[in-house]
Amino acid sequence: MTTAPGATPTIVLVGHGMVGQRFLEALAERGLTATHRVVVLCEEPRPAYDRVALTSYFSGRTAEDLSMTDMGFIEDHGIELYVGDPAETIDREARTVTARSGRVFAYDTLVLATGSYPFVPPVPNKDATGCFVYRTIEDLLAIEEYARTRATTGAVVGGGLLGLEAAGALKGLGLATHIVEFAPRLMPVQVDEGGGAALLRTIAGMGLSVHTGVGTQEIVTDASGTVTGMKLSDGSELPTDMVVFSAGVRPRDQLARDCGLTVGERGGITVDEQCRTVTDPHVFAIGECALAADGRVYGLVAPGYEQAQTAAATIASDEAAFVGADLSTKLKLLGVDVASFGDAHGTTADCLDVVYSDSRAGLYKKLVIGPDGTLLGGILVGDADAYGTLRALTGSVPPISPESLVLPAGADSGAQLGPSALPDEAIICSCHNVSKGAVRGAVTEHECTTVPEVKKCTKAGTGCGSCVKVLGQLVNAELEASGVEVDKGLCGCFAQTREELYEIVLALRITSYQELLDRYGREGARGGDGCETCKPAVGSIIASLAPAIGASGYVLDGEQAALQDTNDHFLANLQKNGSYSVVPRIPGGEIAPEKLIVIGEIARDFGLYTKITGGQRIDMFGARVEQLPLIWARLVDAGFESGHAYGKALRTVKSCVGSTWCRYGVQDSVRMAIDLELRYRGLRSPHKLKSAVSGCQRECAEAQSKDFGVIATVGGWNLYVGGNGGATPRHADLLAQDLSDAELVRLIDRFLMFYIRTADRLERTSVWLERIPGGLDHVRDVVVHDSLGICDDLEQLMRAHVSHYRDEWAETINDPERLARFVSFVNAPDTPDPVVAFVPERDQIKPDLPLLNIGLRPADDVLEGSAR
Amino acid sequence: MTLAVETTDLKVQLRLADDDWFTACDLSALTPGRGVAALLPDGRQVALFRDRADRLYAVDNRDPFTGAAVLSRGLTGTHRNRPFVASPLLKQRFDLVSGECLDDEEVRVAAYEVRAA
Ligand code: SRM
Ligand SMILES: Cc1cc2nc3c(=O)[nH]c(=O)nc-3n(C[C@H](O)[C@H](O)[C@H](O)COP(=O)(O)OP(=O)(O)OC[C@H]3O[C@@H](n4cnc5c(N)ncnc54)[C@H](O)[C@@H]3O)c2cc1C
Ligand code: SF4
Ligand code: FES
Repeated sequence: MTTAPGATPTIVLVGHGMVGQRFLEALAERGLTATHRVVVLCEEPRPAYDRVALTSYFSGRTAEDLSMTDMGFIEDHGIELYVGDPAETIDREARTVTARSGRVFAYDTLVLATGSYPFVPPVPNKDATGCFVYRTIEDLLAIEEYARTRATTGAVVGGGLLGLEAAGALKGLGLATHIVEFAPRLMPVQVDEGGGAALLRTIAGMGLSVHTGVGTQEIVTDASGTVTGMKLSDGSELPTDMVVFSAGVRPRDQLARDCGLTVGERGGITVDEQCRTVTDPHVFAIGECALAADGRVYGLVAPGYEQAQTAAATIASDEAAFVGADLSTKLKLLGVDVASFGDAHGTTADCLDVVYSDSRAGLYKKLVIGPDGTLLGGILVGDADAYGTLRALTGSVPPISPESLVLPAGADSGAQLGPSALPDEAIICSCHNVSKGAVRGAVTEHECTTVPEVKKCTKAGTGCGSCVKVLGQLVNAELEASGVEVDKGLCGCFAQTREELYEIVLALRITSYQELLDRYGREGARGGDGCETCKPAVGSIIASLAPAIGASGYVLDGEQAALQDTNDHFLANLQKNGSYSVVPRIPGGEIAPEKLIVIGEIARDFGLYTKITGGQRIDMFGARVEQLPLIWARLVDAGFESGHAYGKALRTVKSCVGSTWCRYGVQDSVRMAIDLELRYRGLRSPHKLKSAVSGCQRECAEAQSKDFGVIATVGGWNLYVGGNGGATPRHADLLAQDLSDAELVRLIDRFLMFYIRTADRLERTSVWLERIPGGLDHVRDVVVHDSLGICDDLEQLMRAHVSHYRDEWAETINDPERLARFVSFVNAPDTPDPVVAFVPERDQIKPDLPLLNIGLRPADDVLEGSAR
Repeated sequence: MTLAVETTDLKVQLRLADDDWFTACDLSALTPGRGVAALLPDGRQVALFRDRADRLYAVDNRDPFTGAAVLSRGLTGTHRNRPFVASPLLKQRFDLVSGECLDDEEVRVAAYEVRAA
């Protein structure tokens, strides 16, 4: 089958990766999609996605989140996209491309954007079962599957930028992870010796094993051909269950070679400054497969985007040229800050280094300065906050001395350079080549007032994300400059922060949201109905201070009822189909068989889906509103209480089995966990609170990932604070050691109340600890050494909370008025919501999700209530 | 199905497509700032609200973004003088008078005329 060229000229794009997609956008921006037929051959089973953010898949982003292709865009521009159909041959004479499916496309212009392939060193057994590369979503899924089912140890060959990302991913999958790097240091391309040393310490400190200065000689396998280890060049053998090769990439230029296009000595399709191949004026090459006019193959996305723009402009007969680009990079993963930019290695003649190094803190900062004081480049390890600003300043003389730029903030004469010091031409976002002037323009001319708006308007910050911080500073600076005061207020209704509102409520004993809004709200908001942000936040402040200010402690009394999110309102967690889940408290995770049976019986009788949660208790899903009181009547009767799974409140205190049973335990961790859970249950706070108690340093309860975690010692308890699992995991910091029971409880009382008092809305302790001035040291001063003299107050507040605690569910089911809300329909209380229905799965129920799409709406009524 | 309505003081009524006023509940069943759901004769659901100035609002109960019938359980507020409810699921806000989604101009829910009689 041949597709004959019609009257409209045809552009064929081979490769739908990041650069290919940018090229299509550039075609559309220049109106070329209207005048041309555009055909895209895409080898991978899915259209273009964000390869740069590949690793974020392991921190929760899905394959769909990574997609960069809006199918609406493809359709609107009439682009013919053939997914899963790679180009196989090119006939330059006939000007046709043949795809694997057998389709043949005639072209007027051919654009190659085939990217790179991972380089695998030619070591014996490199293709054994358990060997992987890391470039595509398919690679990543294969690695994940293997790591989950067949491996406990993994090794990454290559300690460069991508190797470290791959290592971070393996570690995130729970493997004991090794990195083998041939060069004498990690990230040899980006950092120098000093930076490499600081990096090595930090990465080793995170539990990864780093082997530098050794090569991989052979992959060792068992009889079935499965990886069991690797032989290294120093004669040692490293046992491992899987190997990920990340030893660099090579341009995918085979297709070009086969059709006689000139390629470089070390690969890459040779192009001129217009990205046209030097061999054939009808053929262009862009992205990682191209050998640019400056003799380099760029392995970064920003230069590729620039090439995409250049090729599109050239096709539109506009003037454009790609003459080279900067190789700045920042490591995105592993929780290590590493960045390098400009002439990081100081190769310019007569340049000088300014270096600050603090091995103890894992800090290394180097700036390369030209003889006339121009900033040429630099390396930042351990603290790369200044990366965005410094990168943008490269090529100019910084307004303050380089010495003060590398000194840490707060050190003598250490100066911080804000983005306001940058010239307008400075490139803020190098992924999308957005200058400071363009960002300012977005604020002043396009009236963007938030970072998301500026991102949408300029594209800045939508690539690797490393410039988002500077972007935020710049947007705020610009708003301030144009007279807009940058709003630190809680929301559109209140100009105060949560902390300020807390102080107002406490000092003036305000117990009503409306009073607070009418007296302290913003001008336009007074007398109004508030919003969904401040209502629950103020509701929470009033609830946590209830005994102290004389408010009702019951969160559903009077006006309080209208402030609570639906979860708090129904004392249960709303699920996607409108049903609720129920989580009774199981303090410390300890439960007697009788109670376990009761839960089983209730779940069976109401047909609920049951699951053991990550918090050592049991969740029952699929309850309809009107069933909640019936379920709770039985639970309360059996001695259960609300588990506050719905509240910004204490969730669980997990425990390990501890000294009672475990041969290693040194204290009774179960008892302590139960005591703590019962003490702090029902405590409303800015965000949820989690805790755990381990019976010894082996830490089976994972206390160091909790807001407050306790680990037994021979002499008592160690208290850790500010830990977090979730999206941005953080190990807790040790606050105090070898505490007695009473000392432990007193410290936690103070810590929690200080947090509740000063944190922002929805700010976990981990984020709070990093944000508040002085950090952990300040918190220790306040709660251990009582530096502010407020500890008595804090303890008093907690005592009031503990003595006023009552179970919300027991109070609810005994009060007909409070029960009245638990109906499906005000005019048909016994009719269940027909949208809540279930279908069977693995011997239990799951929501009937298709029903949500059709609802009960007649088919002809498509306008109302139908979001496409 | 029971469509029983108690007879006390004022009733909340809404105008249906056929121009009839449908009685949904007693005014006292509505707490300012909190919604309730009511079932309509044709099987649809409506979310009824009352604000602190005792104005009444009624919109379709179904959240168009998720399909679940939950808008009555959202938090209400005022945005640029427009009363709104925020879906309790994914938090999109809907104008209580026009039914327009404030976060996505292509989406709206049906809004009904309501009165207390
Ligand atoms: C049920 C459960 C999953 C399970 O089946 O195991 C769960 C379910 C939800 N989690 Fe979780 N989390 C559950 C344990 C965890 C854990 C593990 C733990 O507690 O040890 C974590 C990591 C630890 C941590 O919080 O630091 C966890 C980190 C999160 C986060 C991320 C928090 C963060 O700071 O990054 C969210 C989102 C949030 O709160 O903003 C979240 C939010 C949620 C929500 C509320 C999401 C939502 O809005 O629908 C889920 C609702 C639960 C429901 O409807 O009942 N869940 N969630 C677990 C309930 C534990 C319990 O018994 O209370
Ligand atoms: C884990 C990871 C992290 C990275 N992090 C960064 C970063 O932080 N910063 C940065 O700047 N860069 C980063 N990169 C590099 C960046 O992803 C690449 O520079 C960019 O993707 C190059 O775009 P491209 O379109 O040239 O190639 P690709 O995105 O690789 O796209 C090429 C596409 O062409 C397809 N193809 C090949 N041959 C054919 C054929 N014959 N027919 C049809 N299709 C074909 C391929 O399947 C592929 O889908 C990272 C890369 C990886 C893997
Ligand atoms: S943390 Fe220590 S005491 Fe607790 S179960 Fe683990 S090994 Fe035993
Ligand atoms: S520099 Fe990568 S997104 Fe801006």
